[in-house]
Amino acid sequence: MSTPAQEFLRNAATKSADLVHRRTIRTGIDHYEAAVGRSGARFHDWEAARQRLHEIKWEAVNHLDRYLLEFETRIRERGGHVYWAETAEDARRYVTDLAARNNVRTVVKSKSMVTEEIDLTHTLEEQGVTVFETDLGEMIVQLRKEPPYHLMTPAMHLTRAEIADLFREKLGGVESDDPQHLVAVARRALRRAFFSAEMGISGANFLVAESGLMALTTNEGNGRLGSSLPRIHVAVAGIEKVIPRMEDLAVIWPTIARSAVGQPIACYNTLIGGPRGPNETDGPEEFHVVLLDNGRSELLADPEQREVLHCIRCGACLNVCPVFRNIGGHSYGTVYGGPIGSVLMPHLGGLNKFQHLSFASSLCGACTDACPVKINLHHHLLQNRRNAVRSADRPASERLAFKLWRWTMMGSQRFAFVGSVARMLLRAAYGWGLARTPLDPMRPWTKVHGAPEIPAKSFRALWKEQHGAS
Amino acid sequence: MFIPCFVDQLNPEVGLDMARVLQRIGYSVDFPEAQTCCGQPAFNSGYWQEARRPAERFVEIFGASDADAIVCPSGSCTTMVRTFYRDLLQGSPLTGDAATLAARIFEFSEFLLKVAQVADVGASFPHRVAYHDACHALRELRLKQEPRELLRHVRGLDLVEMPYCEECCGFGGTFATKFPMISAAMGETKAAHAEASGADYVTSTDPSCLMHIDGVLRLRKSRVRTVHLASILAQTAVPAGAQPSSRTAVARGPSQEGALGKGTP
Repeated sequence: MSTPAQEFLRNAATKSADLVHRRTIRTGIDHYEAAVGRSGARFHDWEAARQRLHEIKWEAVNHLDRYLLEFETRIRERGGHVYWAETAEDARRYVTDLAARNNVRTVVKSKSMVTEEIDLTHTLEEQGVTVFETDLGEMIVQLRKEPPYHLMTPAMHLTRAEIADLFREKLGGVESDDPQHLVAVARRALRRAFFSAEMGISGANFLVAESGLMALTTNEGNGRLGSSLPRIHVAVAGIEKVIPRMEDLAVIWPTIARSAVGQPIACYNTLIGGPRGPNETDGPEEFHVVLLDNGRSELLADPEQREVLHCIRCGACLNVCPVFRNIGGHSYGTVYGGPIGSVLMPHLGGLNKFQHLSFASSLCGACTDACPVKINLHHHLLQNRRNAVRSADRPASERLAFKLWRWTMMGSQRFAFVGSVARMLLRAAYGWGLARTPLDPMRPWTKVHGAPEIPAKSFRALWKEQHGAS
Repeated sequence: MFIPCFVDQLNPEVGLDMARVLQRIGYSVDFPEAQTCCGQPAFNSGYWQEARRPAERFVEIFGASDADAIVCPSGSCTTMVRTFYRDLLQGSPLTGDAATLAARIFEFSEFLLKVAQVADVGASFPHRVAYHDACHALRELRLKQEPRELLRHVRGLDLVEMPYCEECCGFGGTFATKFPMISAAMGETKAAHAEASGADYVTSTDPSCLMHIDGVLRLRKSRVRTVHLASILAQTAVPAGAQPSSRTAVARGPSQEGALGKGTP
């Protein structure tokens, strides 16, 4: 069996050579960037909004103990249940037990990355529950039996025609690939699911401590429907989702909408905080919140990377990432892809298993500039690399190479000597016509590049000739 | 002058051209010969332990120089010293010296505009040129207009913008050798955008980006060539109709023979 690193290398190589894929993603991201530009113009001061968001999340993450307990108390006061899950296994067991106790046969799920993280859907399906993804993008990838391609736009990699074909095969009643028509087809199928489901499952975009309300943002209204029609509602949320105050949402909502999809504000922003009250006409009879740790406490204990918990999963870092644009979301082989995934996965899934992702970056920093909560993503990639060299498996040849490198760089004469020998050998090899052959000493480079011209003399030699020894 | 290790070995003309421009506008320049490498290759690969001694050595060598400023023809290597030495040299007795050094080191275009305050260095380069925003210069040093401002003042130069000029070219140091396929895909995208811009040349502040882009362009047998900003600014008089020297002014420099344009036909 191949390791995740080998698999990544293989998938990334295949995908980056796929020109059709490259074009599809480029088209999608061009639309995204145009929309972000338009919605950005509505901000009086975008940088100030980012700074504010950073401060809100900093306050929350650095006082998680207080805000989480406050949130829990408010929920319990309204008759809701709160379960603290230390591991993915704990969270899965709580939800599946709940489903079994209540004879749940059908679940409607709104889009949630954390339920992907704990692989909840498959566990429910194994015990005979039918799970409907109700976000259009999630529904599409579920029908294709694929994981989501992107945190925010799960079906970004598919064209309208591909989706029409898929619906034709799985749902029927498809007359054209007009987006409105396709949405109508999906809606017809989903309405039946909404009315038959006994349980709704969602994530939570934010947990407001002050009021004990969870904020759910969607563009399709599926979160609102899924959390009010079924008899039982379960929200699964990472512990980092808590924010202190209601007023924080005033800056958070427009900011996340801009970063995620380039909207002024998302179409549906819902606040729910418990089961249906005595005088209320809708809402679930039972309301559960599962607070998931799953490695987050360890990240919290690391002051250097604690701010990674600020992430609001908007996906902006993926959209701007030139690596993501070329290898696509599935190549990562992880729940969270793109720059934030590369930073986060070593913490959630183990450094040794996921260290390769931190090396698969040109460190261009576009992600850091795009991040609405100002996570210094590309610097965290550097720290992950350092941690990997410290405590994970790296090739012995690489370790030796950097020892030799250091020796060379610790003296200018050594450096000049090693450099001129290397240049002489390269010039000789290229003189014999070995450039771009398997015998090319620069082979990994010249496999994908034209051979460089190697100068006869170094700068220091030429400088000395012109200026004399100094 | 801080001449990065790979410029010393692979693009010597970039260093010489930078010296020529600095001298032309009235500075005297010095090359501390003891310098080797700032430590970035090891640092970026996670080998902070290995990078530390060469970095300390760098701080000692340049700290001892009485120059008014240290100028470097690479935004990336400038960033290493200015931004990342803070992280790398944490706890080192040289932390203070490194901070002093960080305030004295400048990328070449940054130095010309912000320190020397010269936008017109008297260069002429009658070609259509697109500027590639090298990542470290753009996002760490926040240099966006500086190189363009210099290019706008070059006689005969037609500055064009390529689409997605801020998107990374895919070099990324050891990234290019660890993940050649991804790096090449990014390079191809960049090359295609350069071609679409109608430019004859792609220029930038970073010789490493240009080496990568040049390699990809060569493979595509593209008509677009690469040239470092310093080599454009070093040009004073290109005879009408003459073509600049080799296919790429970066890889085989004009400076060894004199001004760009006196070389090969």
